[in-house]
Amino acid sequence: MMLRLALAALLLMAAGEKRSGYEDASPETRAMQDDDASNPGFLWVQQGETLWHEPIGSASRSCADCHGDAPATMRGVAARYPLFDARLGRPVTLMQRIEQCRVERQGAAALAPENDALLGLAAYIGVQSRALPVQVATNGPVRPFYEAGKALFNEREGQLNLACAQCHDELAGQRLAGAIIPQGHPNGYPEYRLEWQGMGSLERRIRNCMVGVRAEPFAPGSLEMTELELYLGARANGLAVETPGVRP
Amino acid sequence: MVRVLINVPKQVKRGEPFDVKLLISHPMESGQRRDAMGQAIPRDIINRFVCSFNGEEVLRAELFPAIAANPFLSFVVAVQESGTLTMTFTDDHDTLQTETASIIVA
Repeated sequence: MMLRLALAALLLMAAGEKRSGYEDASPETRAMQDDDASNPGFLWVQQGETLWHEPIGSASRSCADCHGDAPATMRGVAARYPLFDARLGRPVTLMQRIEQCRVERQGAAALAPENDALLGLAAYIGVQSRALPVQVATNGPVRPFYEAGKALFNEREGQLNLACAQCHDELAGQRLAGAIIPQGHPNGYPEYRLEWQGMGSLERRIRNCMVGVRAEPFAPGSLEMTELELYLGARANGLAVETPGVRP
Repeated sequence: MVRVLINVPKQVKRGEPFDVKLLISHPMESGQRRDAMGQAIPRDIINRFVCSFNGEEVLRAELFPAIAANPFLSFVVAVQESGTLTMTFTDDHDTLQTETASIIVA
């Protein structure tokens, strides 16, 4: 019976079924994410909501002054990031877009990576897309960046000489020590990790993996990091957005 | 100022128990860890929590280390009339914070 189940699981995986990391989390962790009252990510969502309405910078303008009521105007927005920015000629992540808005439209200072305010705003915008499918565009001008991200995903790196694909494509569903290896879909970011005792971005999670294989992590906000995030986003297309996710 | 999320039902029935859920953003530093320079990180946890309803104390809790950051507290209360739940907690810096939630008996 067990063998048959395992076989069925393997077949499903071979068929390329996408599986959110949520499915592999413990029942306790899933319960924590399911109940908004117990999901610690909502502390950041609450902070983001406050910041959304706060006029800042030399323009003394709040996010709401241009974008209005987030639940209406930001619905589905986070599900499309990273996307191509025609003016910059490169893809940008949601957090880079928030920073861009802060600096160029609000005349405020950029926030440091992993800053609580930045995570809060991203979580507040992200939660508006909850349950909608991830739909990151891969065609058009963004295509070369997507291909570059795919190459990075499949490239061996670090002293352990491992590629992302070796664990998260080929060995997903099996175990690394006690933990189930997830497929590595970024549909819950920014997310609350119990290991971190806090909220973090996809970049932070990727750096974790890169340090784990003893590679030098990509610099925060670097083009390589964005390309990899773009590929990961597109790879998760169709999965429901879970922001703010809770993971072990 | 600590961020707090309070969850209580919009309306409750007279005398019927209901859940009060509280999420508090706090590092809950245990005092057992050392930083990169080997210096002990001083303990900083929420050590006392008191909840009262219309001035009458309904719950008092002492908290100790080994509670994860951003603690989640949940307890059950039953009330006879509408009023205000007042929740006060103190941490090791002796900062006192009070949050309130109004309870409506239908």
